[in-house]
Amino acid sequence: MIPELGYFSLTLAMVLSVLLCIFPLWGAHTGNLRLMRAAPSLAIGQFVFVLLSFAALVYASLTDDFTVSYVAYHSSSTLPWYYKITSTWGGHEGAILLWLVMQAGWTAVVAMRSQSLPWVLRARVLGVLGFLGVGFMLYTLLMSSPFERLLPYFPVEGRDLNPLLQDPGMIIHPPLLYMGYVGLSVSFSFAIAALLTGKLDNTWAKWSRPWTMTAWGFLTLGITIGSWWAYSELGWGGWWFWDPVENASLMPWLVATALLHSLSTTEKRGVFKSWTVLLAIAAFSLSLLGTFIVRSGIIVSVHAFASDPNRGMFILAFLAIVVGGGLSLYALRVSQVKSEGRYKFASREVALWLNNIFLVVATLIVLLGTLLPMIHKELGLGSISIGEPFFNKMFAILLVPFAILMGMGPLLRWKQNKWSMLQNKFALSAVVSLVATAAWLYSSYDVIAPITFIATALAVWIVVTTVVDLAAKVTIHKTLGEGFKRLGLSYWAMVLGHVGLAFVIAGVTLTSAYSVERDVSMKPGDTVALNEYQYRFDGVKPIRGANYSGHAGVVTVLKNDKQVTVLHAEKRRYDIGMQFMTEAAVDAGFTRDLYLALGEQLSQGAWSLRIYHKPYVRWMWLGGILISLAGFLVLGDKRYRQKSTKQEASA
Amino acid sequence: MNPRRKKRLLAVVAIIFGVGATIGLVLYALQENINLFYTPSELVEGKGPNKEKPHIGQKLRIGGMVVPGSVVRDESSLKVSFKLIDKGPMVTINYQGILPDLFREGQGIVAQGVLVKANEIDAFEVLAKHDEEYMPAEVAEAVKGIKHEKPTYNLDNGN
Repeated sequence: MIPELGYFSLTLAMVLSVLLCIFPLWGAHTGNLRLMRAAPSLAIGQFVFVLLSFAALVYASLTDDFTVSYVAYHSSSTLPWYYKITSTWGGHEGAILLWLVMQAGWTAVVAMRSQSLPWVLRARVLGVLGFLGVGFMLYTLLMSSPFERLLPYFPVEGRDLNPLLQDPGMIIHPPLLYMGYVGLSVSFSFAIAALLTGKLDNTWAKWSRPWTMTAWGFLTLGITIGSWWAYSELGWGGWWFWDPVENASLMPWLVATALLHSLSTTEKRGVFKSWTVLLAIAAFSLSLLGTFIVRSGIIVSVHAFASDPNRGMFILAFLAIVVGGGLSLYALRVSQVKSEGRYKFASREVALWLNNIFLVVATLIVLLGTLLPMIHKELGLGSISIGEPFFNKMFAILLVPFAILMGMGPLLRWKQNKWSMLQNKFALSAVVSLVATAAWLYSSYDVIAPITFIATALAVWIVVTTVVDLAAKVTIHKTLGEGFKRLGLSYWAMVLGHVGLAFVIAGVTLTSAYSVERDVSMKPGDTVALNEYQYRFDGVKPIRGANYSGHAGVVTVLKNDKQVTVLHAEKRRYDIGMQFMTEAAVDAGFTRDLYLALGEQLSQGAWSLRIYHKPYVRWMWLGGILISLAGFLVLGDKRYRQKSTKQEASA
Repeated sequence: MNPRRKKRLLAVVAIIFGVGATIGLVLYALQENINLFYTPSELVEGKGPNKEKPHIGQKLRIGGMVVPGSVVRDESSLKVSFKLIDKGPMVTINYQGILPDLFREGQGIVAQGVLVKANEIDAFEVLAKHDEEYMPAEVAEAVKGIKHEKPTYNLDNGN
């Protein structure tokens, strides 16, 4: 009964979203205020019914209702309750339903928090969001309903959730990522609404900015958690694989990063207007493309769920409508847009323009590397793969000019700069960065590759220039306290974002350069030394969890004959699917991680063990969290909270 | 030429140069990093209508089923070798390290490595399927019709 109600509730939500698509857009077109006023309540109604539908699936999962095909395939009665809940997005159908919850949720929040917008714009934004809702709900109802029953012959026990997904990281990773993906649809809707209205002024950028920043913050956090999950769960210490699905999340992130820099330029200076609109369209299109890549089954990866060509075709058609429609409208309207501001070469505008160029080039490289193997295969040229070195090399090359520019950007003023006033600051920062990097690296390591030095120096350079800029801006006021107060949250967001990226760069560089890895065969009592630590294998002991059994390899870690920690690296076998899972043991630290994975059993009581020493690996995720905080900080900015009394329709 | 035009010309030249350099660089990096996929019979007999065989030293990917009984482990190190098969000839894979959790005899796997002999590969990466449902599409296509065997890992003889 409950699952049917869930399906019915989703159908009602679909009806509401059809109305949400038609009424406000028609109202805005004809100047009918009553139709436009219907938008917010329709949006909220849609959200309530989608939420009910999702609740029905969670209920079915929690009560082990294996007559529901989705629950039978993705859950089991022995699964802990929290994983029963997360199993609702552990498979394709449920993940799409979660996506719908996010989509409807964003729409409802936009409906509630957009009172300050003129009705025409508000109605159009909600109408476009309604249109996107229709697309996704149609897809769910027709092709991927999670409420299908297995009657009359249903299993008594479920097939269990994929053990890889039974991890805390997996509880929060998909919701966060979807918040980001779907959040970009709000930026998209603002762009389309602005195009429809024909008013691409900086007020549009001002309204779109907090939404874009929030969506981007979620996307950043989602990617960061995903990377951390891969590291802790996949058992070979990697944190980024340039897997098509990871690339699918990185592309919208890169474009969204370009978008929010471009938005700030449009808001403050009235330039790059049409470019900003294009980026907003591109960012959401790339999140749709990502969905297509993951759901269509044209690629195979950890994330690929049971795939169905029809589903792929639907998403592809939807993608074509969204991208095609968006770009056509853009082509029709873009000639009306005129840049207002003028600027010289040495200006912040140019720095931000270059930032956008680099980010877009990076996106194109990822796009090429992701799509080429698929195109190659579809053309019947055989299957190929593009190795990680391709991406690593390209990103390393792009990083150098990008990071140098990133350090200089904040110090530049709008319009124009006198080089003579800046060169001292830049020279000083460069010298400080080089000296600090040399001191840091040479005190810690014997061998330093040029590329390691350069990349680390770039990370330090970003931090140093940010501090120099911060110091200059704080000290022009009478007291330090006032100086800090006056800076505004947007400025702090920039500081956080840039310093966060510096942490990411340093973390990636140092862990790539100085990670030490050893695969060893050990008998109980054996000791292996790796860097300054000794690892003593104390044998294995059997373990038993709620839905798995297996072995834990006990390893005592010593440093100078003093015990640092005891690690339990597990090898689990899940009862239902009989899958084996390596559960790595990690001793996390600010400057290093000790990472241990138990391999297979060898002859004569020996086990294979994989031991890693990973310096600064945590900095990567720390940086990711700092960057995402930057996205959320802007929400507190007073400039975006002003409520205007302009509520007149002016069509 | 007036200064404004000169400036524009410079900008255009810079953009063309930048775009050209980027494309060149990307293509160069791509060329080095494209790895072709083979099945064991394609590796031995040649791939495609022209029966192209990879040359010794080439980096490639290979996918097939692990031949039951072919896994040979070194006693003192983590060296392991096994044979892969699809429909025809077998290919030997050498690997040093810990095999993935789902590596088993009779299962489909994908290995990435360097060809050292006509039918021997030194792999630096071995990937197995992630769960019971999933099998690399390339392998699934190559081994259609071959029966899978149940896992025979013994959990009770630890210590």
